[in-house]
Amino acid sequence: MIKPLSAVICIAIAGAALQATAETKSSVTIASPWEVASYDPAIAGFAIQKLQIMENLVDADVNGALRPGLATAWTASKDGLSWQFTLRSGVKFHDGSDFTAEAAVTALTRAWKQPGVLKKAPIIGISASGETVVITLEKPFTALPAFLAHATTIIPAPAAFDADGNPAQMIGTGPFSVSNFTPPQSISLVRNDAYWGEKAKLDSATYLAAGRAETRALLAESGDADVVFTLDAAGYSHLQHVDTIETSAVPIPRVVALKVNAGHPFFSDAKARQALSLAIPRDGIARAITRFPEAAADQLFPPALNTWHSADLEPLQTDIEVAKSLLSELGWVAGPDGILTRDGERFSITLRTFPDRPELPLIATALQDQWREIGIELEVSVANYSEIPAGHQDGSLHVALYARNYGLTPDPIGSVLQDFGTGGGDWGAMGWHNQKVVEALDIIASTVDPDQRQASIATVAKELHQELPVIPIVWYQHTVSIDKNLKGVIIDPLQRSYGLSDMYWAN
Amino acid sequence: MSPPLKSMLGVLAARGLQAVIVALIVGIVSFAMMYALPGDAAYRIAAGRYGYDMMDAAAAEVVRLELGLDDPWLIQLWSWIGQLMQFDLGNSLVYGSPVVDEIATQLGFSLLLAGGAVAASLLIALPVGIVSGLNPGGLFDRTSMGLSVFLRAIPAFALGIVLVLVFAVQLKLFPVAGFRGFDNLVLPSFTLGIGLAAVSNRVVRDAVVDAMNADWRLFSRTKGLSSRLTLIRHVLRNAALPVVTYVGVQLAYLIEGVVIVETVFAWPGIGHALVHAIFGRDIAMVQGTALTLGLLYVALNLIIDLACRLIDPRGSVA
Repeated sequence: MIKPLSAVICIAIAGAALQATAETKSSVTIASPWEVASYDPAIAGFAIQKLQIMENLVDADVNGALRPGLATAWTASKDGLSWQFTLRSGVKFHDGSDFTAEAAVTALTRAWKQPGVLKKAPIIGISASGETVVITLEKPFTALPAFLAHATTIIPAPAAFDADGNPAQMIGTGPFSVSNFTPPQSISLVRNDAYWGEKAKLDSATYLAAGRAETRALLAESGDADVVFTLDAAGYSHLQHVDTIETSAVPIPRVVALKVNAGHPFFSDAKARQALSLAIPRDGIARAITRFPEAAADQLFPPALNTWHSADLEPLQTDIEVAKSLLSELGWVAGPDGILTRDGERFSITLRTFPDRPELPLIATALQDQWREIGIELEVSVANYSEIPAGHQDGSLHVALYARNYGLTPDPIGSVLQDFGTGGGDWGAMGWHNQKVVEALDIIASTVDPDQRQASIATVAKELHQELPVIPIVWYQHTVSIDKNLKGVIIDPLQRSYGLSDMYWAN
Repeated sequence: MSPPLKSMLGVLAARGLQAVIVALIVGIVSFAMMYALPGDAAYRIAAGRYGYDMMDAAAAEVVRLELGLDDPWLIQLWSWIGQLMQFDLGNSLVYGSPVVDEIATQLGFSLLLAGGAVAASLLIALPVGIVSGLNPGGLFDRTSMGLSVFLRAIPAFALGIVLVLVFAVQLKLFPVAGFRGFDNLVLPSFTLGIGLAAVSNRVVRDAVVDAMNADWRLFSRTKGLSSRLTLIRHVLRNAALPVVTYVGVQLAYLIEGVVIVETVFAWPGIGHALVHAIFGRDIAMVQGTALTLGLLYVALNLIIDLACRLIDPRGSVA
C-alpha cells in the first residue's frame, strides 16, 4: 500500500519542481471581446493587425505619428496627385516568399475595391514600379499615408489567397505567424524568427475572444489570461483590488455621440440641438454608467486627438432651465402632460441605438428620463446598429446614439470628412450643411502647410461645437488588465497593436 | 431474414426518410424565417462583416450586389436547394468561408461539450436517482428533490459563473474559459450537466421506484434471487428504458443550454455560431446549422431507438 502512495508523492513533487523551473513564462494569453472568423483583411484586419501577423506600408506610434512600416519612405509629386512608397527590401513573408511591390499592389488594390478606408480616398490607380508602389489620385489628399496605416490595408502574402483570389490563410510579414486558428474564438501565434525588425521576446502567444465581459474579468482574475482588454465597469473596479493584476484605462479617440437629424423640422434650428445638448447629464453618465468622471465629453474631439481637441472651446454645459427657454423661443409650449407641443404636434421622437456596447442602452434611458424634464417624449429603440445608416439613408431617423472612432486612421480627417463633408455621413451629420466646414475640410485634406491645416481644423472644431450636428456625450477609455509580472506592455490608444512583440516576463 | 434484423432495417429506413423530410423542412422554414425578419438583409450582413466602424450604406450596397440579395426569394431558395442536392452548403454570407468548414469545426466542439454534459449528468443522476428510488420518501429522496428543483431553476449562465468563481478563480482547479485541453471541458460540462441531472435524477428515481414495485420483481425474489441480483439483472435493466428515452428528450435542453454556455466559456461551438449567424442575417450559415442540428436530432433518435431495442428485445418481436 505504501509503495504506490510514495510513487504518487514523488510524481507530485517532481511535477511541482518542474512547474517551478518553468516559472519564467515565454507565452502570453490575451483576451478581448472581438471574435475573428475570417482570413479577409477587410473583415478581420483589425485583429490580424493588432496581433502583428500582417503589417502595413505605413506604421504609427502610440501618439499617432507616422513611421516607416513595410515602406521605408514616401513622397508626393509636386501637384499632390501621385504618391510613391519605397518598399523595404529583404522582407520575407511567413511562408518564406519575398515581399514584393506586386504583392503590395495586389493587396492594396483588393482593399481599394472593397468597403474600407481606401474606398474613401480619391484614388484612381495603384501600380508597382520597381521597388516602389505608386498611388495616383484624382485630387491632392495629404492623409493618404495615414490611410495606409489602417487595418484594412495590411499586406497578406500572395499565397494567402486561394485560386479564386479569396483570402484563405493568414500569412503576413509581422513578428508573429499563425500556428493555429479556431474561428471565431482563438488564434495561436509563434514568433517569426525571420522577422526584418526587432524580433519578439515571447516564443508564442494566444488570442482568445471571450464575448462576455464577466468571462473576461474572470479570465483576468484567475490568471488564465495575462492581458485582458475591454473590461466592463463592474469588472474593472473589481480587478483593481486583485493583487496580481495591474489595471489601466487609456483615453482613446472613440466618442459616444448623438446624431441628430437636422433635416427634421424639430431639429433644423441649431437652438433645438443646443437644447438637447443642455439636457444631457454628461457628468452623471460619465460617473455612474461609464465610470470615468473625467471622460464627460465637453467637446466632440477627445484629448487623445491632440491636434483636433481644443482647449479654447467653451465646455458644453448641462442646464435644464436654459434648455427649456431655448425650446420656448422656438415656439414650443408645454402641454397638459408636460410634453411640448407646437402647431398641434407633440415633441415625441425615437432614438435608435444598439446593444453591442452595453453602455449605450443605459445612456439612452438616462436621456429618456432627462429629456422628459424639458418636455421631450423619447422612445428608445434598441436594435441592430445597421438601423442607423439605414435610417440616415431613408430619412426616417430622428436621433441615434452610437460610439464613433475618430482615430480609425492616425489622421482623423478620413472619418471627419466622411461625417461632416457635403451631404453628411451615415455616422455623422444628417440634413446639415455648413459651407465653412466643407471648405475647411477641403483644405485639411489637401494642404501640406501645417499652419493653414491647423487653422482649418480649429474652424471645423468650432463650427461643430456651436452647431452640434452631432452631440458628444462621453469619451471612451480603453480598459485593460495586465499581469503584474508581464513587462513591456504598451497600450496603443489608436488600438492598432496589442504590442505583443514588446512584451516579456519578469523573472 | 430474421424478425429482429427486419425490424432494425425498418427503423433505419423510416429514420432515413425522416432525415430527408427534416432536411427539406428545416431548410425551407429557416429560409422563410430569416426572410421574414424585419430590416434590410444587406445592411445586417454588411454590419456583421465590417463592424460598425467600417459599415455604412455604401458597404451595404456592395454586399447587396455581391450576394444578389435583390433576386426574388424563390430564386434564392431554389439555388440553395439546388446546392443542397449536390451536398454543397454554400459560403457564409458574412465571412465568405465555406459553411461546411465552419460547421465541421464547431459541431465537433459542440458534440464534445454535449457528450461531456451528458456524461456529467449521468455521473450525478444515476447514483442519486437510484439511491433515492430504492428508498422513496426517505430523507435522501426528499433532500435530492429539493436540490433538484433549486438547481433546475438556476439559469445555465448564472450556474456557469458560480462554478467558475468557485472552481477556477478560488480553488484554481480548472481553467475559466477557452479550449486548450480536456480540463477546459469540465466546467462547461458540469454547468450543463447539473441542469440536466436536476431533472434526470428524478426520472431515474421514478423508474427505479416503478421497477421495485413491479410484479416481476416480486416474482424474481420469490423464485429465490437475492436482492442484489434482482437489482442488477432485472430492476436496472427495466429502469433503464425510460431513462435512455429521457436522455434523448433532454438533448433539446442541451441545444438551448449550449448557446449560452458556449458564450460564457468562449467555446467555439455551433450554438454560439448559430446565434451570431442570426444576428448577422447569414442565411447560408443559419440554414446549414439548422440542417445539421435537425439531422443530428434524427440520428440521436435513431440511436435511442436502437439502444431501447437492445435493452428490451421484446419490442422487435411484437
